[in-house]
Amino acid sequence: MTEHRPDPEALLARAMEEEARKAQGRLKLFFGAAAGVGKTFAMLEAARELKADGVDVVVGYAETHGRAETEALLQGLEILPPRLVPYRGTALKEFDLDAALARRPAYIIVDELAHSNAEGSRHAKRWQDVMELLDAGINVYTAVNVQHLESLNDLVAKITGVVVRETIPDSVFDRSDEIELVDLPPDELIHRLQEGKVYLPEQAQEAMRSFFRKGNLIALRELALRRTAERVDAQMQAYMRDHAIPKTWPVAERVLVCVSSSPAAAQLVRAGRRLATRLGAEWIVGYVETPASARLSQADRDRVVQTLRLAEQLGAETATLSGPTMSEEILTYARARNVSKIVIGKPERPLWKRVLLGSIADALVRGSGDIDIYVVSGDKEAPVSRPARERLEPTNVPAYAEAIGIVALCTAVAWVMFSHVGLSNLIMVYLLGVVAVATRSSRGPTVLASVLSVATFDFFFVPPYFSFAVSDTQYLITFGVMLVVALVISGLTVRTRIQALTARERERRTAALYAMSRELANTREVESLLAIAVQHILEVFSAEMAVLLPAAGGRLGHRVVPAATLAIDTTELAVAQWVYAHRELAGLGTSTLPGATALYVPLIGSRGAVGVLGVRPAERHAFDSPEQLHLLETFANQTALAIERAVLAEEAQATQVRMETERLRNSLLSSVSHDLRTPLAAITGAASTLLEGRPAADVQHELLQTIREEADRLNRLVRNLLEMTRLESGVEVRKEWHQLEEVVGAVLGRLEPALRDRPLRTDVPKDLPLVPMDDVLIDQALTNLLENVVKYTPAGTAVELRAWSDGSSVTVEIADHGPGLAPGDEARVFDKFYRSVSSSSRGAGLGLTICRAIVEAHGGRIWAQNRPDGGAAFRFTLPLEGTPPRVEAEGG
Amino acid sequence: MADPEGKPETSSDQIPGPSVVLIEDEPQIRRFLRAALTGHGYRLFEAGSGEDGLIEAATRQPDLVILDLGLPDLDGLGVLARLREWTSVPVIVLSARGQERDKIAALDGGADDYVSKPFSVGELLARMRAALRRRDQVGEGAAATTFVVGDLSVDLARRHVLVGDKEIHLTPIEYKLLTTLIRHAGKVLTHRQLLKEVWGPAHTEDSQNLRFYVAQLRRKLETVPARPRYLLTEPGVGYRLVAES
Repeated sequence: MTEHRPDPEALLARAMEEEARKAQGRLKLFFGAAAGVGKTFAMLEAARELKADGVDVVVGYAETHGRAETEALLQGLEILPPRLVPYRGTALKEFDLDAALARRPAYIIVDELAHSNAEGSRHAKRWQDVMELLDAGINVYTAVNVQHLESLNDLVAKITGVVVRETIPDSVFDRSDEIELVDLPPDELIHRLQEGKVYLPEQAQEAMRSFFRKGNLIALRELALRRTAERVDAQMQAYMRDHAIPKTWPVAERVLVCVSSSPAAAQLVRAGRRLATRLGAEWIVGYVETPASARLSQADRDRVVQTLRLAEQLGAETATLSGPTMSEEILTYARARNVSKIVIGKPERPLWKRVLLGSIADALVRGSGDIDIYVVSGDKEAPVSRPARERLEPTNVPAYAEAIGIVALCTAVAWVMFSHVGLSNLIMVYLLGVVAVATRSSRGPTVLASVLSVATFDFFFVPPYFSFAVSDTQYLITFGVMLVVALVISGLTVRTRIQALTARERERRTAALYAMSRELANTREVESLLAIAVQHILEVFSAEMAVLLPAAGGRLGHRVVPAATLAIDTTELAVAQWVYAHRELAGLGTSTLPGATALYVPLIGSRGAVGVLGVRPAERHAFDSPEQLHLLETFANQTALAIERAVLAEEAQATQVRMETERLRNSLLSSVSHDLRTPLAAITGAASTLLEGRPAADVQHELLQTIREEADRLNRLVRNLLEMTRLESGVEVRKEWHQLEEVVGAVLGRLEPALRDRPLRTDVPKDLPLVPMDDVLIDQALTNLLENVVKYTPAGTAVELRAWSDGSSVTVEIADHGPGLAPGDEARVFDKFYRSVSSSSRGAGLGLTICRAIVEAHGGRIWAQNRPDGGAAFRFTLPLEGTPPRVEAEGG
Repeated sequence: MADPEGKPETSSDQIPGPSVVLIEDEPQIRRFLRAALTGHGYRLFEAGSGEDGLIEAATRQPDLVILDLGLPDLDGLGVLARLREWTSVPVIVLSARGQERDKIAALDGGADDYVSKPFSVGELLARMRAALRRRDQVGEGAAATTFVVGDLSVDLARRHVLVGDKEIHLTPIEYKLLTTLIRHAGKVLTHRQLLKEVWGPAHTEDSQNLRFYVAQLRRKLETVPARPRYLLTEPGVGYRLVAES
């Protein structure tokens, strides 16, 4: 069975986790049941031991509450000065995170993990400071009491009647590498309290005293011991899993906790967490949006957001589902995610409603199959008092007026029809009116329309007329049915409309995301990528945006992107920089640097952060819902991957260019050094022979000839090198209309000595049109081509120079009767520094490259091919663009 | 064996050879020119800088000046301009720059001819001879009435143009172009100079016209226009009528 072997993927995940941990600091928690058990004392003692072992340890923050024994322990320890935060005339002492990061000790002591930082601090909570220390690789000793654990928060409140507001997520607790339970029997603690050894804040003395009742302390102690044991148990299980010790734990479970907008939902989440922890299961907290939830008040919506946030803090995955019926949606999702247990709250609906409409729990149980359903009670004595429901939506007066108007119109129509048709048809007219109202507005006006319809129908058309009194009681049935039908129709219509709206909204987002991904996939440059991303994000969110990308040295810089209008000052830039360094959200609406004016989202690619998006929503709370935030993050991730891809491509290209440049430089060096040295060696040799001896006249002449020829060769090489440099630096082509014949003539005249022993046939038709060209450059190209022929063909072989026009361009061909080109050389001869392997010729391989550069600068094409009857042919074209100039007729 | 073409025409056993001032800063170039020119009977005065060159030219009153365009102190074109303020002595410019623009500037600035570095001594001597001959003709006042080079002969008095035995008919502009070139035979004339002399000072930018008439003239005078023997093109600079075949 696979259960008996360690799952390789799980092992890998653990290995990676441990790898990541190594770079991170270790967290040691001193955990206690209540204040006064001696956590700070134990922690400082541990610090002194470290110090005695020669470890670099610093006290970042320690609260001694003026107790002498504790203060004595601080003696001889390095203490980081606190950060002073001005607050209402006094200064609050806060832990100085930046100083600690700058100091970088091996170990740091930070007391009171659950502390809330003063406003204006980087993080809202001290545990966030600690996380940052750990990320920076600093080991942390810290202390916390059991009542501060988020998942136990409500239990503690129930036991002691005191609500603790400062909490830490359980994930922090679970993340700790070591937990030291500081335990003190309740009697001793009470004794210490009576001796005044436990610090209690003045204003809370009374409340705290009731907190320290013996019964409470016993319960808290038990909670602390149990939580520690759970944690130890989890460690043991992990150990056993790693070592493939046969099954002593259940198969992996997955728990789905379904929450509503009810205030009891938080408790449900905590209960879910306890269940999941006990089972060692993954857990998901899901919220189902139904058409009905469109009617929720703002307070209810906020509560859902808070519940989901709480769930995330407790380590759950959250999901917002949407569908017409809650139970169906939950079951579909549960099946898709292999959920084994579903936790729901006890139905809140009154009994009659449950009997009439059925309850979600019933529906779930009916359809659950092999999934277990846990129904957990929502506690009536919840410590959080239930705030008054804001039921009323803002009254929409025009919609109500419209409803009244439509009913009036129906009455008018019915009045006209009254004498011709039966009452049942008049009812139809009213129902039509109700449907009309329902399709146009929300529930309130529709209900009004329904009720009004029944009332006016009674008033005008049911005898006795113009009275609400009813003579025949059977009309009461008519009214009842009419009202129910009107209400049901209106309910259904409104629901359908809202569902359609929700669907359209989702559709719009999905479409935007899809459109963005598709456009990003087709874009290569970072600039355009950013513009596309910003444009698409703004389509979905109404906000102002800014894009920040790192410049050299990892400092973020504001990028100018069209439509990204958010201005970034230095304070905001610092927030963005923090986000970039920590790859976490920060700014507006988050618990880190919430004072910022915008929300900053890191752009995280596969190799790390590539930048930061700044988003300032038009409405301050737009990103409070996890769903919106996740959507924004999805956009950000897509953008980040695209940017990373573009950056990688640019890097790859730069590397390619660098390699190519390197290769060119190498061939240039080898080529140039060889080609410069050979003629120089020949000249030096010939000249020294002439100087030293007295060679015979014919030898003398031959040596002089050598000197002359080699000097010419050097001259050509230098000229080509200069020409190439000039062409590469972007030469200006000065085109004028020229006779090709004239340029050919100049070239042939100059090359006369070199071409002397080769029969040359030129065929440049007299009627060849004028060609727009830079005569100096074309002269150079022709010279190089002819010199190339001289170089690569044996003396005495014929050369042909031909030119012809096809109306749109002029083609020039230089054909030889030499050995021709080696296969594959046709294209490569024009490459820089390319020299055919088959030839033993000398030359820097620049001549033809220059030809190509010149021809291409003229908009022409150059190519080489072997002729069917032997030899090679080089051809180039020059386009005939524009109108040739008119020459003034010779008149006088 | 002495090269018969290597002797300047004016040299003889009795009369001292023409005097030449060489303004050139490179000692190596001066050294080989000294050997070559004195070997061909010229009296050579050397200057290593522009200022020295101007002094030499003023004191020696030479028959010819050879001027390097790349001088350390003064720009070669500047030296040329100052020379032209007081003398019409033929100036041959040595240009290492390979840029046609400099050559045109030098020619338009009054240089008689140019030689691009690197050059052969034969090439330089030929240009020097041509320059001295043109000066002598101007100096003598009476230009030769017949110009002959290879198969081409032009009777300037009777306006007859012959290629071999065949008489060639030229339009007035073609004839004027040809006579202008003959007057400066052996020397490069820039487009600007030719346009100014043939069409007048108002037409110095009409290069297109010039190219057209040169092509016409070449078709009438040359056997293979694509391999001209008499009317040569200096790409990007101008035209030259060969003075000696």
